[in-house]
Amino acid sequence: MSGYLSIRNLTVRLKGGAMILRDVSLTVRAGQVHGLVGESGAGKSMIGKAVLGTLPRALEVVSGQIILDGTDLQTLDPKERRRRIGASAALIPQDPLTALNPSKRIGPQITRRLVDILGWPKIAAEARALELLEEVHIPDPARVMRSYPHELSGGMRQRILIASAFAAEPKLIIADEPTTALDVTVQKQILRLISEMQSRHDTALLFVTHDLGVVSKVCDTLSVLYAGKVVEEANMHRFFMRPIHPYSAALLAATPTYTDPTGSLTPVPQTVIDGVEREVAEHDMRAAP
Amino acid sequence: MTLLRNILIRLLTTAITLFGVAVIVFVVIRVVPGNPIAMMLPPGATDADIERLQAQYGFDKSIFEQFVIWLGGVMQGDFGTSISLRQPVADLVLGRLPATLELSIFALVIAVLIGGALALLGTLYRDTKGEAAVDVSAGMALSVPDFLWGLVLILLFGVLWPVFHISGRISPSLNIDFTTNFYMFESLIRLRFDVWADLVAHMFMPALALAIPLAAIIAQLLKQSLKETMHLDYVTLARTKGYGENHVITREALPNAILPTLTLVGVQFTFLIGGTVIIERLFSYEGLGNMAIDAVINRDLPLIQGIVILFALLFTLVNLVVDMLYVVLNPKLRHA
Ligand SMILES: Nc1ncnc2c1ncn2[C@@H]1O[C@H](COP(=O)(O)OP(=O)(O)OP(=O)(O)O)[C@@H](O)[C@H]1O
Ligand SMILES: [Mg+2]
Repeated sequence: MSGYLSIRNLTVRLKGGAMILRDVSLTVRAGQVHGLVGESGAGKSMIGKAVLGTLPRALEVVSGQIILDGTDLQTLDPKERRRRIGASAALIPQDPLTALNPSKRIGPQITRRLVDILGWPKIAAEARALELLEEVHIPDPARVMRSYPHELSGGMRQRILIASAFAAEPKLIIADEPTTALDVTVQKQILRLISEMQSRHDTALLFVTHDLGVVSKVCDTLSVLYAGKVVEEANMHRFFMRPIHPYSAALLAATPTYTDPTGSLTPVPQTVIDGVEREVAEHDMRAAP
Repeated sequence: MTLLRNILIRLLTTAITLFGVAVIVFVVIRVVPGNPIAMMLPPGATDADIERLQAQYGFDKSIFEQFVIWLGGVMQGDFGTSISLRQPVADLVLGRLPATLELSIFALVIAVLIGGALALLGTLYRDTKGEAAVDVSAGMALSVPDFLWGLVLILLFGVLWPVFHISGRISPSLNIDFTTNFYMFESLIRLRFDVWADLVAHMFMPALALAIPLAAIIAQLLKQSLKETMHLDYVTLARTKGYGENHVITREALPNAILPTLTLVGVQFTFLIGGTVIIERLFSYEGLGNMAIDAVINRDLPLIQGIVILFALLFTLVNLVVDMLYVVLNPKLRHA
C-alpha cells in the first residue's frame, strides 16, 4: 500500500529507555482521512510528532521510515526536512487556548509563515488569510486579523487554527484530538468544519482521537494503537463490520455512540488486555535479541 | 478612566514614599553623633563661633522645626546649601546626576546584552554542556559582589593589561565645552567621537563591574522562562510551520518569556543604582554616589538629604518605567 504519507516500521523510544512506538506502520492516502485511535498514552500524539519533526528531545527515532510524498523524511537534513514539512503538511492542535502565541496578533500568526517560509508576497498572504477566515465562518475576518488571541473564544481560536493549517494548501494535515478541549456544543461544529475543509481542499488527514464514534463519522481508514503498537489497520467499512483483533472488537463494543447511544460503557475485558499485553511483550522480545 | 486613576494613585504613593524617606533620613542623620559645624571650623574656633554658625544653618532649632523649614524650602525647589562645598544642594546634586545616570544606564545596557545573549545561548544549547556552562558562569558572577568585580577588573584591565582608565569620568586634557553634563549623550549629538571614546574608556570598567551580577540574574531568569515557554503548544506549532530553532526561540518564545524577567530587572536595576555609590568611589568617578560618600564623611547634612531624596525619586521612576513597559509588552494588559 502506498499513500501520501506512509510510515514504515517506525520505532521510537525514550533515549536509553522505554519503547514509545513499536514498529509502527500506517498509510494515509492522498485526499483520504485516516483515523488513529487508542487509549491515552498509546502513542498517538507521538506518531504525529514524529512525522512533523516535533518529538520531545527525550525521545529518539530508532528505526523506520516516514515517507511523505515519496521522500523518506528521515534521510533529509534537518533544515530541508523542516521546509518540506512546512510546505506540505500542517497541524491542527488539540488545545486552541494554548496553540496561539499570546503576544502576537492573529493576522501575522496566519500570514508570516507564508511570507517567511514559502516566499509569498505579503499582500497575497493577507488576502489568503482573509479568504480562509471567511471559509471557516469567522464573522468580520478583518477585525479578527487585528485581534489578539485572548480576545477570542475557544471555538473561534480553533477555527483560526484550522484556517491557518490550510493556509499553504498542504497535502497532509494532522489533527491531534482537535475537539477534545472544546465545549460539547462546539465540538460537533468544529468536527463538521474539519471534515468539510478536508474534502473541499482534497487534503489527506491523519485524525487522532480516542473516540471511535467520531472516527466512524469522518474517516475512510483507521489504525488502532495499543502501547505504541498498531494492532489493526483497516478500512472503515470492514472494521465496523468485522474487527479482526480482539482488542479492536472490545474497543468497538466499548463505544456507546456506535452500538447504543444510551447504553453504558463496557470496559475492555481484562482477558483482552492481557492478550494484547502479551503480544507487545513478544514483540519486544523479538526486537531485542 | 482607570488609567487616569492609576496615574493619580501612583503619584500619590510616590509623594508619600518620598516624604517618608525624607523624614527618616532627616531624623537619622541628626541623631547619629558628629557635628558638621565643628568639622568645618579651624581648631582655634571659639564656642561663640560655633553657635553663630549653628544658628546660621538652623541647627539650634528642634528637629521638627528644622524639618518644617527644610520642607518649606524644598517646596520652592530650595534644598538648602551644602556645608562643605558652600553651594546650593540642588545645583550640586543635579550637576552630578547625569554622570550617575549615564553610568547606570550604560551598565544596564551591558547587563541586558550579556545576560540576554547568555540566556538565548543557554536555551539554544539546553540540556547540554552549553547550558551547564551558562549556569556555572552565572553562579560565579553572582557569588562575587559588584565592588569586588571592580577590583578584579582594575587588576586585569588597569594593571596587567592597561587598556581602560581606572579613574575619573573624562580625561582632563580633553577640551570640552558642553552645555549639559550628559557627556555621553552630548558627545554623540555633537559628533565628538574622541570625547565619546574617552568617556567609554573611563566608564567601561565601573559599568562592567555593576553589570556582571545583573547580567547573571538576567541570564538565569530569562533562560528558565524561555525553557518553560519552549514546551508550549504555540512554539511546537511554529516548528511545524517550518521555522528553525533560532527563529522559534527569538520570535515565538522570547516576547512572552521576557515578561517575568522584566519586573525583576526593574527591581535589580534600582539595586544597581545603589551599587554606584561604592563603585564610583572605587573608580573615582565624579557622580552622585561619590559625592554622597564625601557628604557623609563631612557630615554635610543638607547635601546628604538632597542626594538621598534624589536616589529615592530615581528608584520610584525606574519602577514606574518598568510597570509601563510591562503593560506595553503585554497585549492582555494593553487592552484591559
Ligand atoms: N516528553 C516526553 N518524555 C518522555 N516520555 C513521553 C514524553 N511525552 C510523552 N511521553 C510518553 O510517550 C507515550 C505516548 O504518549 P502520547 O502523548 O503519544 O500518547 P497519546 O496516545 O497521544 O495519549 P493522549 O490520548 O493522552 O493524548 C506515553 O507513554 C508518554 O508517557
Ligand atoms: Mg495525545
